[in-house]
Amino acid sequence: MDPQAVRKDFPVLFQQVNGHPLVYLDNGATSHRPLAVIDEIKRFEEEDNSNVHRSVHTLGQRATELFEGARTKLAALLGVPGTNGLIFTKSATESLNLVAYAWGRHHLSEGDEVLITEMEHHSNIVSWQLACKDTGAVIKAVPVDDNGVLDMAEYDRLLSNKTKVVAVCHVSNVLGTINPIAEISAKAHRVGAIVVCDGAQAVPHMAIDIPSLDCDFYAGTGHKMCAPTGIGFLWGREHILEEMEPFHGGGDMILDVWIDHSSYNEIPYKFEAGTPPISQAVGLSTAIDYLNNLGWEAIRRHEIEITRYALDRLAELPDITVYGPTDAELKGGLVSFNIDDIHPHDVGTILDGKGVAIRAGHHCAKPLMRKLGVGATNRASFYIYNTHSDVDALVDALESCRKMFG
Amino acid sequence: MSDLEDLYKEVILDHYRTPRNRAKIENADVHLHRDNPLCGDEIDLYVDIEDGRVTNVGFEGRGCSISQASVSMMTEKLKGLSIAEAEELANTFKSMMQGEAAEDEDALGDLLALQGVQKYPVRIKCALLGWNTFLEGVKVHNEKHGA
Repeated sequence: MDPQAVRKDFPVLFQQVNGHPLVYLDNGATSHRPLAVIDEIKRFEEEDNSNVHRSVHTLGQRATELFEGARTKLAALLGVPGTNGLIFTKSATESLNLVAYAWGRHHLSEGDEVLITEMEHHSNIVSWQLACKDTGAVIKAVPVDDNGVLDMAEYDRLLSNKTKVVAVCHVSNVLGTINPIAEISAKAHRVGAIVVCDGAQAVPHMAIDIPSLDCDFYAGTGHKMCAPTGIGFLWGREHILEEMEPFHGGGDMILDVWIDHSSYNEIPYKFEAGTPPISQAVGLSTAIDYLNNLGWEAIRRHEIEITRYALDRLAELPDITVYGPTDAELKGGLVSFNIDDIHPHDVGTILDGKGVAIRAGHHCAKPLMRKLGVGATNRASFYIYNTHSDVDALVDALESCRKMFG
Repeated sequence: MSDLEDLYKEVILDHYRTPRNRAKIENADVHLHRDNPLCGDEIDLYVDIEDGRVTNVGFEGRGCSISQASVSMMTEKLKGLSIAEAEELANTFKSMMQGEAAEDEDALGDLLALQGVQKYPVRIKCALLGWNTFLEGVKVHNEKHGA
């Protein structure tokens, strides 16, 4: 895979920001969309736009075929058998809230425990806090050790018959740590707990095979993998989804409705009330084709290579602190760091002045920031179109920060 | 670079590196903790008020250079002002940061150095953190003691 060739597919990258060529290193927040995706959404809007699942006319059928085709494509990408367990949502956040609401509120009770980790994104923390508030269950967290990985001995210790849910990210959005989901699932299942995995930072970057992870729910989002914003997904085990109450009520999720009661549609439609994100699903479908075409092995190899280069180059700077694993093979394609006690918002602003876009802040992971003893970090996150010269531009801009604040 | 140099003026960096009045005031008449959830800037502001006049101001905090320099400069300006004068200065400063023509910009003195922040909408909140905390503190104080 040649990132220089890939770049040409992303028109947004070819612009000057503050008088410098744009260097986009904020892919953990959102990726850009290739021309193929932009063109297909435009084509869909111009030729096929219609609502899905309810119109007998030709456009309605075309839209439904494309929408359901996206589901089939996504199921293949995730390695799941069939599409019944695959629910479209608006975001990974909504997916996690769906589980915490529709499963959590009916299965948790006083004295039960929800086991999260210290490296969770707020979406996999607050959604469970809400469920616990309503049910009397309590939250516990697996600590992160000094190397930025989960303390698995503590996981073993915290896991008990009281544990009903283990909620864990596949890849940390701050540390880049790839968590051992299969091991976590096997142990959780032994005490009868379900495992809810947040895959938002994993699916865009590596081949995913949900059956081998053995989790019970897996959430992800489109916009971090070349698709538009507004579409996410939740995969769940069919027998669990079957017996769950719906999340939202409305059109499409019902079989029949009377004034005082309703019967619900089959899964996954039971969880897709209202008009779904249709053109976004069409965009996601094209994005999956685009990424499949690059090859997942090549994507992962490229990210390991660029992350390794970034870690090496950052290590040349004095007074740099890198958070999370420093072996690129063991992490996703991102590096969080602080430099010289300069506040990340100052770093972010100075870098932007040089055309370099990074994320500076708490990354929606305040408990982890407290654990690391910082208010915020800088994060450079890579994708298929990032090159070594992007990393060089980052390091040069960081040198300017040091000069300005030195 | 000119925009950046406009933002990070020497006087701002000086206050950031060597903050003034950065100390807790025990039993202060006003003590408030406030933060910018977006950035993680946070401050504890302490104000002593006697006979309607600001007699002492101190702060503790952490955050970006803009937030910390702005509150450091504020503490120097507020000491000795009457509450009414202090509120007026705070409002003049806020008007400047929001790009409105302030009536009495001369009163701002060194604070004019923070004008460069205007060009960075996401950073304006950083510059205002100390000032909004002060205004809120005065309001709480007035409610307690009668204005």
